[in-house]
Amino acid sequence: MTIQPHELTSLSLTFARRALDAREISATELAHAHLDRIDQDDPTIGAYLHVMREVAVAQAASADRRIANGDALPMTGIPVALKDVLCTHDAPTTAASRILEGFRPPYDATVVRRIREEGAVFMGKANTDEFAMGSSNENSAYKIVRNPWNLGHVPGGSSGGPAAAVAAGLAMASLGSDTGGSIRQPAGFCGVVGLKPTYGRVSRLGLLAFASSLDQIGPFARTVEDAAILLQAIAGHDPLDSTSSPTPVPDYRAALVGDVRGMKIGIAREYNVDGMEPGVSMAIEAAIERISSLGAEIITVDLPHTEYALPTYYITAPAEASANLARYDGVKYGLAKEAPTLLETYARTRGEGFGPEVKRRIMLGTYALSSGYYDAYYVKAQKVRTLIKRDFDEAWAKVDAIVAPTSPTVAFPLGARTDDPYQMYLADVFTIPANMAGIPGIAVPCGFSQGLPVSLQVLGPSFAEATILRIADAYERSERWGDARPEAIANRTLSSGN
Amino acid sequence: MRLSRDEVEHVAALARLGLSDDESTKLQDQLSSILEHIALLDRLETTTIPPTAQVNTLSNVMRDDIVTGSLPVAAVLANAPRQTEGFFEVHAVLGSSDESDIK
Repeated sequence: MTIQPHELTSLSLTFARRALDAREISATELAHAHLDRIDQDDPTIGAYLHVMREVAVAQAASADRRIANGDALPMTGIPVALKDVLCTHDAPTTAASRILEGFRPPYDATVVRRIREEGAVFMGKANTDEFAMGSSNENSAYKIVRNPWNLGHVPGGSSGGPAAAVAAGLAMASLGSDTGGSIRQPAGFCGVVGLKPTYGRVSRLGLLAFASSLDQIGPFARTVEDAAILLQAIAGHDPLDSTSSPTPVPDYRAALVGDVRGMKIGIAREYNVDGMEPGVSMAIEAAIERISSLGAEIITVDLPHTEYALPTYYITAPAEASANLARYDGVKYGLAKEAPTLLETYARTRGEGFGPEVKRRIMLGTYALSSGYYDAYYVKAQKVRTLIKRDFDEAWAKVDAIVAPTSPTVAFPLGARTDDPYQMYLADVFTIPANMAGIPGIAVPCGFSQGLPVSLQVLGPSFAEATILRIADAYERSERWGDARPEAIANRTLSSGN
Repeated sequence: MRLSRDEVEHVAALARLGLSDDESTKLQDQLSSILEHIALLDRLETTTIPPTAQVNTLSNVMRDDIVTGSLPVAAVLANAPRQTEGFFEVHAVLGSSDESDIK
């Protein structure tokens, strides 16, 4: 079978791997097809903050030599986008913030190093909400990202760039970070697969820290199998991240047996909130019926503290962020706004360098940690976190996994929620509990509502990535919603309104 | 609960965050509104519940006491706004006239 040049940007990683190894396509062709597509469509989409053109071309040439020598590894020659919170020694890393404009890290993040060593081809640094704080990518200090399915809508956030890049054919897979849903929610909004691993499964060395008890790095891809391959490449212990786990990494692809017969899968009554979009509810119900028809037993479970997860998160995450972001002080790197005294230099640098959402969260977090409020807010949130985690622990006694919507709505219009921070936060109401409990979750396409993708989330116990991948893969094989691709921008007619 | 203007300015000072008057006004409203939503947690009785700071089961992670290579000084300083003789250059900390204002 001959692959046409225009098809190179819509292949699955698994398919491309076979074609590369069979020498039907080259890594160089693949890289150039993606760079061309970026030149054509990214001025509209805005998925990249920095295109790593020269690096990509050199990496592709090296991948081709490796393939010719028979030394190819799973990621060799695969075009990948990296969320711009991951340090890269050969490209700027800004977290989409003015305070890090032009910053060049002296080292690679461990996940970057690992896939670089496997021979991945880096297309560029992908756009994000500033410091990964946001649900729509509208908090990027540089530019917005448009949803490839409807250019008037948001791609989700904070990993809007990595999600949109994979959906729009600007990368074959990507890496993002998920603190409260920042991989799963944009994957859902853009109709691709996104996986947040268990806390500790993937090293965070070189991830610009947001909330250290919640942050995890994970893959975006076009299929569940592709996500499993990229997860395999990045998972595992790292001596340079003492929170990374020594638990052995299983063979994730081997778990994709295409069968869920006899599995017990939970649905939670609490995952049906006010403001749930009817089209989302319908698609989720149909997906649950499908999983049931595949032979899984569907069991109702209780997660009674679900409604408390969002307020708990909005104490915990800002509190940790306020401490983590203290390092941006105009002394060691990044923006420096000199003033007569050190204190004034700090205040000016941070005042001019941080955008509105980052300031809001630093303020909220500093308040929650300040003398007199620490017990009422921070400690209270930590106690409620215990209750949220217990809910899941009790559920795992009854079920192997839980299925839920990824988000209560499809992608909303640009600008629709920017005036009301709490409305924006509600987009993450179904993804935040997994971060609070540290458990893994995967978002997989499960239909459309109003012409935009709907996403099913599969949650599992800690280190049960293989289980949630197996369920998501079996469902995906039965429906193949993710095979649909948004049309290239250049091919769209003006009359389509997109 | 409603934050006062003084509280907003106090927190900004603690956070070393320079805010314009407009920003302080906006944040006063927005933070107050977010805190109202957060007050939902008061419904839960948590006196006997232990806090969870993080969910990792690891504790006291140690490594062997072996000296390994470090990043070159020049690479580490390359992004510094000001450097001198292999060090980050910082304003004098002592003698800052306004330190007492921050407290």
